[in-house]
Amino acid sequence: MSYNVPAELRYSKSDEWVRVEGDELVIGITDFAQDQLGDIVYIELPKVGALITPGESFGVIESVKASSDLYAPVGGEVVAVNGDLEASQEPINRDPYGEGWLIRVRPSGAEEELLDAAAYTAFCEERGH
Amino acid sequence: MNTYEPHIYELSTPGKHGASLPMLDVPESTLPADLLRQDGLADFPELTEPEVVRHYTRISQRNYSVDTGYYPLGSCTMKWNPKLNEEAARMAGFAAAHPLQDAADAQGALQLIYELQEYLGEIAGFPAVSLQPAAGAHGEFAGILVFRAYHLDRGDHDRVEVLVPTSAHGTNPATAAMTGLKVVEVKGDARGNVDLDDLRAKVSPRTAGMMLTNPNTLGLFDEQIVEICEIVHSVGGLMYGDGANFNAILGIAKPGELGFDFMHYNLHKTFSTPHGGGGPGSGAVGCSAALAPFLPGPVVVKNADGSYALANPEKAIGRMKAFHGNFGMLVRAWTYIRTLGAAGLREVSEMAVLNANYVRVKLKDVYPQAIDRICMHESVLKGQIAGAPKDVRTLDIAKRLIDYGFHPPTIYFPLIVSEALMIEPTETESKQTLDVFIDTMLQIAREAVETPELLHAAPTTAPVRRVDEVRAARQPILRYDREAIARVRSE
Amino acid sequence: MLQAVGVADTADLFVDVPAAKRFPTLNLPAPLSEPELVRELLALSGQNANAHSHTIFLGAGAYNHFVPAAVDQILRRGEFYTAYTPYQPEISQGTLQSIFEYQSLITSLTGMEIANASHYDGATALAEAAIMALNVVRGRRKIVVARNVNPQYRAVLRTYLQALDVTITGDETPGTGVAEALAQVDDQTALVILQSPDFMGQIHDLRGVAEQVQAQGALLCLHFDPIALGLFQTPGQVGADIATAEGQPLGIGLNFGGPYLGIFTTKQKHVHKIAGRIVGITKDVDGQLAYVLTLRAREQDIRRERATSNICTNQALMALASTVYMSLMGKQGMRRVAELCYHRAHYAAAEIAKLPGYRVITPGTFFKEFAVALPRPAAEINAALRSQGIIGGYDLASDEPQLGNAMLLAVTEMTSKADIDRLVGVLGGM
Repeated sequence: MSYNVPAELRYSKSDEWVRVEGDELVIGITDFAQDQLGDIVYIELPKVGALITPGESFGVIESVKASSDLYAPVGGEVVAVNGDLEASQEPINRDPYGEGWLIRVRPSGAEEELLDAAAYTAFCEERGH
Repeated sequence: MNTYEPHIYELSTPGKHGASLPMLDVPESTLPADLLRQDGLADFPELTEPEVVRHYTRISQRNYSVDTGYYPLGSCTMKWNPKLNEEAARMAGFAAAHPLQDAADAQGALQLIYELQEYLGEIAGFPAVSLQPAAGAHGEFAGILVFRAYHLDRGDHDRVEVLVPTSAHGTNPATAAMTGLKVVEVKGDARGNVDLDDLRAKVSPRTAGMMLTNPNTLGLFDEQIVEICEIVHSVGGLMYGDGANFNAILGIAKPGELGFDFMHYNLHKTFSTPHGGGGPGSGAVGCSAALAPFLPGPVVVKNADGSYALANPEKAIGRMKAFHGNFGMLVRAWTYIRTLGAAGLREVSEMAVLNANYVRVKLKDVYPQAIDRICMHESVLKGQIAGAPKDVRTLDIAKRLIDYGFHPPTIYFPLIVSEALMIEPTETESKQTLDVFIDTMLQIAREAVETPELLHAAPTTAPVRRVDEVRAARQPILRYDREAIARVRSE
Repeated sequence: MLQAVGVADTADLFVDVPAAKRFPTLNLPAPLSEPELVRELLALSGQNANAHSHTIFLGAGAYNHFVPAAVDQILRRGEFYTAYTPYQPEISQGTLQSIFEYQSLITSLTGMEIANASHYDGATALAEAAIMALNVVRGRRKIVVARNVNPQYRAVLRTYLQALDVTITGDETPGTGVAEALAQVDDQTALVILQSPDFMGQIHDLRGVAEQVQAQGALLCLHFDPIALGLFQTPGQVGADIATAEGQPLGIGLNFGGPYLGIFTTKQKHVHKIAGRIVGITKDVDGQLAYVLTLRAREQDIRRERATSNICTNQALMALASTVYMSLMGKQGMRRVAELCYHRAHYAAAEIAKLPGYRVITPGTFFKEFAVALPRPAAEINAALRSQGIIGGYDLASDEPQLGNAMLLAVTEMTSKADIDRLVGVLGGM
């Protein structure tokens, strides 16, 4: 099975994506991640104003059969949160790079080691898919 | 009998009640008006005794149980629950005794606890036992707290890691987390044992101990158990035995002699106390002399004059729950051990292991065995049937078994085996039952190839069919709510 | 079967066990037949005084309440007591529906928004409340617990939290209570634990307390007596964030201390932080209403080392007992049991207070249990009562020595006026 890995994004090894929008970064989980989890039933996101640290947990995401921490691919201050997801998590499964975005961050400059689309695709395949 | 039974609230009629209570025989005292509840229990149902009994009898019939059928449920040990045990636990001197009454007034109960401590210690090879914990996971929690207390008592402050095999029950890593310790995973080897090289690489002066189930969650006895214990002990770590699978080795091996320092016993598995639809369990714990002072209390001791008393171990980690453990479960376990004696207990394990191997050899050509070895009380097979479509999953096989009148085996555990199908027959099932089960499994394998739609649709004969778990979790309805339930119905 | 497996003897199945350790001797008593064992069990059971053979005034966390006959009839149904955990919803609708009804009845009784499927007992439910609060109120590491919370519960709380970097305070000084605990609440406090009726039997007016605690950013956990809620203020009414209880009074026998029932309730918004099982409603593929274990991703088997609790069982059968009990009692019965407890306890207290040398020392309003100052040590008084077939009260000497000679006496709907008069008669003769 092949997954949608948009070329213009960068990716963490914990399956989050990062998109540059002006001075800010938008963060979500990848198509691979949503497929592995299955139907998402719950998500816990930070509040606006919270500081996130690369490599550390900034939230929790749950499906019926799995629970996973969300790890910050970059550091910075949370400037917006996708509040719609509290009531309905379905967009994360349906449109992980669009409507299913999680948080918007004003970056501090600190970053995890991020992969480009080709490297991330290879990383997904390595894990048996 | 499989028809829907309304919620108890929907059966209520104003003015009814189902219990007979005494008349007030003393003068009424003033009630403090400002402290009273305001709603008069408005939501509470009102039913007569026959209505209540019929309701719960009806819903009971929507359950599968050991009394109605066979459970090949790996890891869970759904053996027969002898009926004598139920009578025993209901004797007035046990069922109506108050936990705080004077020891002189509770000698029979205390003697039973003392004797069960002794029996369990003897069976597993430990000099000290506490019956405080209320379940296996509760025993694990006690055990890791004991490890921590033992190390700290020796001034050893840096032991912050617990080694756990990748195949472990979820309670093991969760227990370590509850005690503030870090989980370090240890890999398995090709024979399903602990990988000794990986273990050697991961033990260190930071190791508080290792949690190990043996026989392990693959149903295999780790042949290197003595070396494993030696490696962990060599760095000053302690060995925790998860007794979930102890039913395989009664009279076969004593964990205390193999090198374990501490172990919990699941009385609701090995010692036949009923599962009760999810509890109560009982998680007695046993340990070495070195750890005995740290056991949770109270335990029962025998005085010089032959009387029994409650006492706290000298450096006890504290009490795990109120009072003295799940005493009613202790009565049942005591009764079980006294019914069987030493030879009977060994026979329990021999028959459990023989039954498991019989099922294994009859099925493994069709359902591949995860690791092809003689198993203990259970075997781990895979729901990967040659020639079946890819979308036939282990879940489908499990659900199809329901249509044939069996409870499914444990599936997708241990996590290290893909499409795992874990089968534990127990010693209390006859060859006839096992043969019917084996034939059914082989029939389902044929269906998987020829008529896979039957597996996808299963179950069709149970009280309900496959349920929408995503819906339940996304819009949780966790109590009676007429409107919300109506919405679910109308969707 | 041996032939099919390919071994000559069952002993050959155990070659993986190190030979030197294989087949140890078990030194156990010889097996007994059922009639022989019944005789032994009756002999052991017969040595224990109990609530059937004696009049009992002992409580302190375990109470002799009425258990209707129908409760045990239902518990004895093999379909319930020999069933496994309801992980296969298609064939576990009985257990699942009973737990859902339990959750419904408990929320109705308490006025709280949600209840889980139960914990081991009241003490462990309270300890789990503390762990949950530490996870809800992140970054705060202080738990305040009032002195008049049952001492065994406070001990269990300390056992549970001993390995975590948490301070438990508020209960150090004998004779203190709710007010002194509330004075300890500060900006480091995650949870305040109060009990009402408290260990000494007093019912507290807790209106406004939750707001006061919440204003400091902490949560309030209220430990209650489910029988008292037939009459008195509910935890939901006073705005508690968490409410826990020992469910034993709801149709579960004394059982020498267990199995009992840990009731755990909280607000809907914390549902993803609670430990233990919970049952919800959904539909099956045919559109039929069905019950199912839900929000499972909180649990240890999924979350493993990220779980906040390792709890794996619940007290399902005990929850069923309480469900059948509450259904039989219904609206009227729950209130009537509470009234009988209250009026009989007050009659007993009033009669004892008339005796020279005796004084009721529970301050304010009590429900079914009260503390009495005694003219002689409780042990002596209990010995005298025992000789008259009465199991006396709980000796407070070790928990609250500052009270001098004192005991707790519990009176329930099972204690008749004649029982009370007999107690008063013996006390008066001391």
